[in-house]
Amino acid sequence: MSVAPPPGSSTTPRSKSWTVRTREIGVENLPPEKLLPDGQPTYVASWIYVFGVATIAALIVTVGSGMILALKGPAWWHYTGVGHFFNSIHLWAVELFFFVMVVHLWGKYWMAAWRGGRTRVWVTGAITFIIAIPTALTGYVSQQNFDAQWISTQAKDGLNSVGVGAFFNVTNFGQMYSYHVLLLPVAVVLLVSAHVLLVRRHGVVPPFELETAREPASAPPPEPRIPPPSATDTPSSSTGGARS
Amino acid sequence: MSTAVTGAIFNLNNPAHVVSWHFIQLSVSNIIVIGLMFVVFFAAILLPFPGAARRRESRS
Repeated sequence: MSVAPPPGSSTTPRSKSWTVRTREIGVENLPPEKLLPDGQPTYVASWIYVFGVATIAALIVTVGSGMILALKGPAWWHYTGVGHFFNSIHLWAVELFFFVMVVHLWGKYWMAAWRGGRTRVWVTGAITFIIAIPTALTGYVSQQNFDAQWISTQAKDGLNSVGVGAFFNVTNFGQMYSYHVLLLPVAVVLLVSAHVLLVRRHGVVPPFELETAREPASAPPPEPRIPPPSATDTPSSSTGGARS
Repeated sequence: MSTAVTGAIFNLNNPAHVVSWHFIQLSVSNIIVIGLMFVVFFAAILLPFPGAARRRESRS
């Protein structure tokens, strides 16, 4: 069934093909120059904007080391030096992930990063934070040592007190391990992907003073952008690429 | 167990030090991490980003 465009509309009707429709909607919402920009606004050249990409870097190391641990099984790190090494990489990447994610959260909170139609950017980030907590908890109770036993027996009382113990049993190793290596990491990665795509779509939130300065102008000029590093840049300046 | 204890920077073979204030209980190690996060947060705001001023001047 074809749908005629509404009267006065200059848009062409959507294709019947779902692949074409998906492509058109994708390109419409995230054109290539927004999806993979060649520069960022000058205000992004600040250390406080580095912590988002630092969180992603820590997540990549966490997932990578976790994949290696998953290949060898949960007991591997107890009896081999290599296993212990990758387990330590996994642990410290998680510690770093939460550390930089909290600094990222503080920075974005004080910038009121939900401004300018960025509500979904803020919400996906907040949900990622909330989902990351049980992802870490299920990892701690999957260590197969006395630490895991202690944490699980303490956590079960808290979870039982809010009525979720029957569905989320922290003393059930199989359930916790499944949550830790599949369900929760997939949720975190999908949420982070959505978060980054939404940042690409809406742009990095500007500082307050820039936004206030732009308000009186009826047609604000485009924000000057940092050019990509060129061959004439010094090594120190070429590392100063802005990150969101 | 002995390898884990001797391999650590601090002696881990004792209960953690805890700071209590009314209903709030925080281990000293967690307080140190939270303090470090504050230090990094304010450093990120106050420290100049390499090349930022030069790029702003070249664009103005």
